[in-house]
Amino acid sequence: MNVALSPVPTPRAPIAAPPPMAMLAELTHRCPLACPYCSNPLDLAKASEELTTEQWIDIFRQAADLGVLHLHLSGGEPAARRDLVELTRAAASFDLYSNLITSGVGLNENRIKDLADVGLDHVQLSIQGSSPISADRVGGYKGGYDRKIAVAGWVRDSGIPLTVNAVCHKQNMDQLDEMLDLAVKLGARRIEIATVQFHGWAERNRRQLMPTKEQVLKANQTVAEASKRLEGTLVIDYVPADHHSTYPKACMGGWGRIGLNVTPTGKVLPCHAAETIPSLIFDYAYKTPLADIWYNGQAFNAYRGDDWMPDLCRSCDRKSIDFGGCRCQAMALAGNAAETDPVCIRSPLRNQLVEKAAEDAAAQPGDFVYRGR
Amino acid sequence: MSDQPQVVITDSSVVKLPRGVRLRRDPVRNHMVLLAPERAMALDDIAVVIVQALDGVKSVDVLSQEFSEKFHAPKDQIAQDIKAFLTELSNRRMLEIVQ
Repeated sequence: MNVALSPVPTPRAPIAAPPPMAMLAELTHRCPLACPYCSNPLDLAKASEELTTEQWIDIFRQAADLGVLHLHLSGGEPAARRDLVELTRAAASFDLYSNLITSGVGLNENRIKDLADVGLDHVQLSIQGSSPISADRVGGYKGGYDRKIAVAGWVRDSGIPLTVNAVCHKQNMDQLDEMLDLAVKLGARRIEIATVQFHGWAERNRRQLMPTKEQVLKANQTVAEASKRLEGTLVIDYVPADHHSTYPKACMGGWGRIGLNVTPTGKVLPCHAAETIPSLIFDYAYKTPLADIWYNGQAFNAYRGDDWMPDLCRSCDRKSIDFGGCRCQAMALAGNAAETDPVCIRSPLRNQLVEKAAEDAAAQPGDFVYRGR
Repeated sequence: MSDQPQVVITDSSVVKLPRGVRLRRDPVRNHMVLLAPERAMALDDIAVVIVQALDGVKSVDVLSQEFSEKFHAPKDQIAQDIKAFLTELSNRRMLEIVQ
C-alpha cells in the first residue's frame, strides 16, 4: 500500500498579542442626542437586547483579569442605563480606572454625587459647539448645551476630574478657540479635539461635515499654539483630519494591540466600526471567555502582525508606526479591508480620496442626517 | 483667551496626586502603574517611591532631605530629580499643588 505522507496542516497560530490596556463598554445605544457623526453603527441595538447588569459586571471582572486598566463606560448615552451607579461600583471593586463618556443629558446633581461616592475616576463630557444654538443644532437636542454647562459644574463640585470632548468638523471647526475657552471655563483638565472620522453616520453626512483643507491647517495651528499657551492648565489631545494628512493614523494603536469594544448586546469588537468588515467573525462576551476572544478570536487576529498586509505596506518603514492605518477605511474606500489605507500618500487610491474630500468640503451643506431619526 | 500662569515646582512646593490620578500595581504586567485620564505610565522604582511620598503635607525640600538620608545620595541632586519629575506630572495635569 502506498501511503502518501504529508505534514499535518497546522492551524495558523494566532500572533502573540500583548494584554489589552483599555475596554470600551458601549452600555447602550439609546441616546437623547442624535449627532450626525455618531460612532454607533447604523443598525442600533434596542433596549430589550442589551446585556443585563450581571452580564456587564462579569465582563468587567474578566477584563480586569485580562490586564485592562482603563474602562470606558460609553454608549449611546450611558446615563440611560438605570444601573450606571451599580456598574461603576463594580468597576471600582475590580480596581479598573473608570471613565464615563457622556453627553451629560440624563445626569443630575445627585446621580453625579452617587457616582463620585462609588469611585468613578473621570468624566468625559461631549460638547457640540461653543454656543447653545450651534451646539444644539448639531446634537439635535434643544437645551443640551445648557444641561452640559450645569453637568460640568456638578462634576467639578464632586471633585471628579473633567475632560471635555469636542468632535470637530466643517460646521464648528472655526469655533475651536471658543471651545478651548469653554473647556477652561468649565474647569476641565483636559480636552479631546477629534476630527470626525468618516464611518457610519458621518459617511452619510460627508457634505455636511467634511472640513476644507484651509480649515484643517488653521485648526492644526490653533491647537499647536493653544498646547503651548495652556500647558499646565489644559492638556490637549488632538486627532487631526486624516483625509488631509500624508500618512494614515495608527488606528486603535494597532489592530488588537491596545483595546477592545463591547457592544450593548455583548459582541466583542477590535474597534467600534469593525462590523463594517463582512469577513470578520465576532464572538459574544457572555458565550466565550474574554481572554479567549482577545487572544484567539478570528476578528482580533485578522489584522494583527503584518502577514495580512499588501506588499506595499509589509515592505514599508512606517508599518510599526501606523500599523497599516485604518482597516475600516480601507474597507469603505477600497472595498477590501486588507488594502492599503487610502489616506496614505503611497496608496494608489490617494488622489481619488483627496478629490472626493475636497468636493465634499466645498459643497454647500444640506440638512443633517441625524443618527437614529 | 487669557494666559494662565504656569506652575513652577520649587523646594517649598507641597503637592499630592489629585482625584483621578492613582498609583496601583498591575499584576498582569507585573509593575506599578500611574493611571490618569487616557494615560497609563509604568513607573520605575524611584518614581514609585516619590509618588508614594506625595502626601500633601511634606514639601519637596523635606522629601529631598529624607531621601538623601535613606538612599545616601546628595540632597541637591535628589531635589533636582524630584522637581523635574513633578514638573512633568504638573504639565500633564496629574498633580495637585497644595501649596
